[in-house]
Amino acid sequence: MREEWRGFRGTKWVDEVNVRDFIQNNYTPYDGDESFLTGPTEATNTLWGKLQELQRQERAKGGVLDMETEVVSSMTAYGPGYIDPATKDLERIVGLQTDKPLKRAFMPYGGIKMAEQACTTYGYQPSDKLHEIFTKYCKTHNDGVFDAYTDEMKRVRHNHILTGLPDTYGRGRIVGDYRRVALYGIDFLIEQKEIDKYNCGKRQMSEDIIRLREEISMQIKALKEMKKMAEIYGYDISQPAKNAREAVQWLYFGYLAAIKTQNGAAMSVGRVSTFLDIYITRDLNEGTLTEQEAQELIDHLVMKFRMVKFARIPSYNEVFSGDPVWATLEVAGIGQDGRHQVTKNCYRFLHTLENMGPSPEPNLTVLYSPRLPETFKRYAAWISVKTSSIQYENDEVMRPIWGDDYSICCCVSATQTGKEMQFFGARANMAKTLLYAINGGVDAKTREQCGPKFRPITSEYLTWEELEPRFRDMLEWLADVYVNTLNLIHYMHDKYFYEAAEMALIDTDVRRTFATGIAGFSHVIDSICAVKYAKVKIIRDETGFNVDYQVEGDFPRYGNDDDRADEVGLWVLKTFLAKIKRHHTYRDAEPTTSILTITSNVVYGKYTGNLPDGRRAGAPLSPGANPSYGAEKNGLLASLNSVAKIPYEYALDGISNTQTIAPSTLGHTDEERANTLVHVMDGYFTKGAHHLNVNVFGVDKLLDAMEHPEKPEYANFTIRVSGYAVKFIDLTHEQQLDVIARSAHERM
Amino acid sequence: MRCAYCHNPDTWSCEGAEEWAAEDILDRAERFRDYWGKEGGITVSGGEAMLQAEAVTELFVKAHERGISTCLDTSAQPYRPSEKMDALLRASDTVLLDIKHIDDEKHRELTGHTNKNILDCARHLSELGVQVWIRHVLVPGWTDDEASLHRLNEFLRTLKNIRRIEILPYHTLGVYKWKQLGFTYRLEGVQPPTAESVKNAEAILREGVSFI
Repeated sequence: MREEWRGFRGTKWVDEVNVRDFIQNNYTPYDGDESFLTGPTEATNTLWGKLQELQRQERAKGGVLDMETEVVSSMTAYGPGYIDPATKDLERIVGLQTDKPLKRAFMPYGGIKMAEQACTTYGYQPSDKLHEIFTKYCKTHNDGVFDAYTDEMKRVRHNHILTGLPDTYGRGRIVGDYRRVALYGIDFLIEQKEIDKYNCGKRQMSEDIIRLREEISMQIKALKEMKKMAEIYGYDISQPAKNAREAVQWLYFGYLAAIKTQNGAAMSVGRVSTFLDIYITRDLNEGTLTEQEAQELIDHLVMKFRMVKFARIPSYNEVFSGDPVWATLEVAGIGQDGRHQVTKNCYRFLHTLENMGPSPEPNLTVLYSPRLPETFKRYAAWISVKTSSIQYENDEVMRPIWGDDYSICCCVSATQTGKEMQFFGARANMAKTLLYAINGGVDAKTREQCGPKFRPITSEYLTWEELEPRFRDMLEWLADVYVNTLNLIHYMHDKYFYEAAEMALIDTDVRRTFATGIAGFSHVIDSICAVKYAKVKIIRDETGFNVDYQVEGDFPRYGNDDDRADEVGLWVLKTFLAKIKRHHTYRDAEPTTSILTITSNVVYGKYTGNLPDGRRAGAPLSPGANPSYGAEKNGLLASLNSVAKIPYEYALDGISNTQTIAPSTLGHTDEERANTLVHVMDGYFTKGAHHLNVNVFGVDKLLDAMEHPEKPEYANFTIRVSGYAVKFIDLTHEQQLDVIARSAHERM
Repeated sequence: MRCAYCHNPDTWSCEGAEEWAAEDILDRAERFRDYWGKEGGITVSGGEAMLQAEAVTELFVKAHERGISTCLDTSAQPYRPSEKMDALLRASDTVLLDIKHIDDEKHRELTGHTNKNILDCARHLSELGVQVWIRHVLVPGWTDDEASLHRLNEFLRTLKNIRRIEILPYHTLGVYKWKQLGFTYRLEGVQPPTAESVKNAEAILREGVSFI
């Protein structure tokens, strides 16, 4: 075996790329508690201090510290960059997106107009020369999409029945297997891709083969450029990493290549914790690394993930509020052989939230199972109680589908690391679709005939007999225009903004998923329940348009563990997915759906009229799979039970649930709170639920933070929103109000 | 009882409740079984659970049939020796027993009732061998003088069924409810105890007690 691999066991991973096999053969499960952890080093404190000061300046400048206008981002566009050149020797892990910390790169390939708008929004003057190049000589993804969009596609976009589509920016959600850079070195990866290219399409030059051959060539070029990028920082990554520090650095270079070349909505890191633990354990055993130094490596890596920035436009920020990048990173999980995958490194990653305080990025995700060691569950829950910065996803429902080496791309979407990529599809507004069904395709807000001109409902009272067939028809139309819009977008993205760096770290024979999504889930359920179980009188304006609903009587609502309502949810999900699946998808991707809104629930709500469940026009929709505001009448656990009934198999792209629990509900002391939280999660995930964002604080704290954002204690005050975390003070005012309106659970 | 520091005076009224059959309550409770963990089960609190001794006994007996452990959270104020009460106590796997004050006079002042039957209940539970968690609300100026705490400790030493002794620090979260309900709050201005005095009181109460 090669010298770099000294002491490693296993055979399969040696001759071919197989990181999972490497991990399974070499990792050491850890059953102990957190007592081995060490505090921050002086270097960590110095660097983190500087970074916090930069973040403060960034906020003072209106959200952007610095922006590139003259240089098009690439892996090698800049010389080396450091947090501060004066302290560069303290940085154990190096590499910035640009030449300066928190400076946002210029990325025109998604769309030159948007790249320029991002500059002007923050007071920067985009370059004339680049404008000429990207309008005259070089086409962008956005141009391609709009060249091909049909009138109908533009209409659904304009009427916000589809929103947040990746047609103006990178689609993201592709997790390169960055571990490969550390384990194999770039040269071996190039060799493997050369073999793939050689084997691709002998005498079969069909369109798909031609495209694939071109893509492999682009991947190989990207790999070569990664080596050059590392050289800029004085590293040769052509060969495997020899020790833990190199492994962390090599892996980070892989990720850095991705964030220098793509501005995807979600640029996730993946499942790296247990992998890196193998290198750290070897160094600890060889006596070449101390625990303190190991923690420092992880702290510094995490510090880099906390610095990832992209230039965004206002309409983007409206949908994805708080400047998130979804540098999602997983810890824990259980292996196929039954051993848990908790290592000391899983503790080290969570411990960064203690060493450097709470932070929204990286988006730390615990792959939860009631079978994880109690010590680890309690530590994670403890960190949640202290920082509200982590999310939990159920390994017990994901493992049967994705195996034991999947990563989470974005918030809740699993993807087999190095084996899969995803076509991100934002989401469709199902609440609006229900209104279209009532109003014959006319939009309540714009009064345009957006959907097909079906017969509107003209009866005095809304009945399920009348509504159901119309809703089905409208869903049929929605699925059709939705899938086709995404087909077009992803065709153009592949053509003009291909993710060569990330795809170079994924198998050539890649499996693709096609991720659609639903917004307004709870409102559709409650509205249907109102129609089914109460009497809903339609209120019309002078033109006869259905504008409002008067509900007589009570009806069951989603979020109370009431099967009558929860079964409607199932019906909605299954009906929608079946319609999506009837369509051809680009590159034969496997269609999935999610019940996840990010923070787009606010924007979606803005464009949605009055609903039969009593929600007023313009009010935010409830986020993700959360029950509606004020609908939960039976406490936290009943609410969790409702969400847990949604079968993951029908929403493989994820089911997001965000809950805020008042500290006093969980217990008197933090220890008691952590213990109770473990019970809550054990129960919830045993029931087959998929995801839980856990916030532990009271509304009073939010109100105070909104009124006094300048207080130092709120500078890093992090909260979980649908699928990610943000600094509360970075949210728009509207979104702050939305978060506050979602009252904290005061009882179980 | 009408404790001066009560944080849920809204549960005092015996009027206007819903009636549920034992089986329905258990069906509902079982929907949450996954959250209980190994130690969990059902707890009946109040108001005052002892006021419905027969109904609670039925519930507990049926819970045991389903393998659900039972816990009674009570002030024991309605306790009088009787077969009815025995049945209830026997059907309880754990009793959470609040002892508001060891001194009868002060107990009356605080709650409007004697503590005699409450202490009787504690003794009887010890005879029956039902495990109890003793709870004591620490209210500065009312229930925290060391002499009384020592006397309470002496009493606790005579019991053979104590699993836990807990100090519940007085808090003011329920004060607004008094005002909403139009009652006068007698502890106006009393501050919650310090962490140190809680610890101290805990140490006093636990000293020399043989826990099971």
